[in-house]
Amino acid sequence: MSVDAKGRSGKARDEVLARIRAALSAAAPVPPPPPLPPPPAPPDLLERFARRVADYRARVTRAAGEVEVARAIAACLGREGGGRYAVPPSLPSSWLKAPAGTEFVVDRGLGPSDLARLAGSVTGCALAVAETGTIVLDGGPGQGRRAMTLVPDHLVCVVFERQIVADMPQAAAALADAMRTGPRALTWISGPSATSDIELNRVEGVHGPRRLDVVLVAGGPEDAGGRGEGRAPQPPPPSGPD
Amino acid sequence: MRDALRPEAPFPAAARTALADATLRANLRRATSTIRRRRDQVVGEVEDWDRLRAQAAAIKDHTLRHLDRYLAQLEAAVAERGGQVHWARDAAEARDVVADLVVGAGARRVLKVKSLTTEEIGLNDVLAERGVEAVESDLAELIVQLGGDRPSHIVVPAIHKNRFEIRDLFARAMGLPDLAPEPTALAEAARLYLRERFLAMTVGISGANFLVADTGAVAVVESEGNGRMCLTLPHTLITVAGIDKVVPTFEDLGVFLRLLARSATGERMNPYTTVFSGVVPGDGPQAFHLVLVDNGRTRALADPLGRTALRCIRCAACLNVCPVYERVGGHAYGSVYPGPIGAVLTPQLRPDDEHARTLPYASTLCGACADVCPVGIPIPRLLVHLRSVAVRADEASGRLGARLAPERLMLRALGRAFAQPRQFERLQALARVMRPLGGRQGRRLPGLGGWTRSRALPTAPRRSFRRWWREEHR
Repeated sequence: MSVDAKGRSGKARDEVLARIRAALSAAAPVPPPPPLPPPPAPPDLLERFARRVADYRARVTRAAGEVEVARAIAACLGREGGGRYAVPPSLPSSWLKAPAGTEFVVDRGLGPSDLARLAGSVTGCALAVAETGTIVLDGGPGQGRRAMTLVPDHLVCVVFERQIVADMPQAAAALADAMRTGPRALTWISGPSATSDIELNRVEGVHGPRRLDVVLVAGGPEDAGGRGEGRAPQPPPPSGPD
Repeated sequence: MRDALRPEAPFPAAARTALADATLRANLRRATSTIRRRRDQVVGEVEDWDRLRAQAAAIKDHTLRHLDRYLAQLEAAVAERGGQVHWARDAAEARDVVADLVVGAGARRVLKVKSLTTEEIGLNDVLAERGVEAVESDLAELIVQLGGDRPSHIVVPAIHKNRFEIRDLFARAMGLPDLAPEPTALAEAARLYLRERFLAMTVGISGANFLVADTGAVAVVESEGNGRMCLTLPHTLITVAGIDKVVPTFEDLGVFLRLLARSATGERMNPYTTVFSGVVPGDGPQAFHLVLVDNGRTRALADPLGRTALRCIRCAACLNVCPVYERVGGHAYGSVYPGPIGAVLTPQLRPDDEHARTLPYASTLCGACADVCPVGIPIPRLLVHLRSVAVRADEASGRLGARLAPERLMLRALGRAFAQPRQFERLQALARVMRPLGGRQGRRLPGLGGWTRSRALPTAPRRSFRRWWREEHR
């Protein structure tokens, strides 16, 4: 950036802040509101999450525990006819049992055009939100880069029961500490890509993955055991299974 | 360059033109009734909706009151995470800052995700002047761009077009003569048209739905995945945002994310929300610039009631329920911010603009906008307040026509008469004499055309209440 541009921006900064102070000079202080008390937890987060995900026309495949994840992923891939799937380097290898006609490609910096030639991608998640059927990816282990879950047409995402929180405010609270430590990128996914731009008709599948498969696993990842049966993953396993 | 906040005509004139378009009214009626129904359904699911809105309003009021502090905190947090913050006092400065960054990055083409703020500052025009092609990636923005049109809605910019109009446009612009007029086919055409462009672009430009002071985070809410493409694939990302977009903490973001999609598109949650801070090594853009824009916002901030309009999170729920918007559409407002919220924002961002001053009258004051607003902006109160501001500004202008306007003279005379019983009774006597004029519509009184064209002059009673009282209680 040139010296001139820096000087201009610096002057603009001072002036905008001065305008704000002048505009508010007569205003009394307004305290921040106390946080809302969390709503009572709905009785069954898992079922609510499953229903809400399905409402977006995403497919939900159940697994009774982590040992069943590989089988569930293979079933999702098989239904799509197989092909090459990107996986992050840190995805547990026990999840990956390629059925015939399927190959896993470890993403070590694949370019956008490379990704565009793949059939899909497989990933874990940071947490999930029951009220809205939302999955949050935070780039932690088991998840990989944002481009990997964006460019290929089919996304398979593994969600553990213990990663599910009740609503958006709980999700934000669970992610806040990690966000405060350094640069980070989150992707909140609620169903396949869609648009309502033409006469407000919802059409699934525009630029992001057109098909979303969610593998919903009872309990938690095995190495995250000992968290107890409490239903408040605060914070949740921020990095998913490893 | 045209200022996107200055209407080219006063609202009544622009509205008359829009009302003459039957296709437009049919398109709007269909779209707004669909979205209203969907919103009502998903908002009804949230038991503590009113508490949530009150919380959001309180967070925004607190933030706006301490805006200088939160912007400084935001700037520091973005810088700590490898981003760079730029400031712009007005639209011209903002578009120059962005254009310099684009040209400096050596790009001839940039990928854009729908952003009202970049519309507001007229960014695409200045990029074109400097030899840079801006590719709009949002489906509705693409429809608007290919048609050489303007957005007419905050969330659904092409709400004024129906599927057949869009089909014809795409068939021409994309060379697809056999395209079917079905939303699925049209969305697929847009996907193919943009796919190659996504993968090759080096600079992306976005707006922001929220900026988070304590983490330097930027939140971009979208549906199609074009936003993620734009925020993820280019090497350089430039985000342009108004200074009113900041919220204090990451926890606060959760409150707004719970409100926005339900209010905007009537979904529990929009398909994709990207929340990022600074530059994440090895993931997404490796250069990040945040441009903070004033462009009139600090003027609105100075007005204690007016500043509540800066709570707005651009959900457009107020447009979808407004009987005026539903009939005239967004273009009639002549501003990048149409509808009820536009009618209170535009004249505050451009208080010197005579046409903008007509916008607070674009309302029946029915109050539906205030009922649905997720951040509790008292829009009807603001409309009335800004009408009085407009009247005072007109008076202060000292124009002879303004001072001698029949409406003003009449109201001044009424004000005097109402203050003195004698005068008041004289006025009542005059009203009784004028009884034959009352009761029927279409009798225009000289100088009061606007008042009497569409209203019947009320017929005064034969005997006034005061006289009845005197006679009964003698």
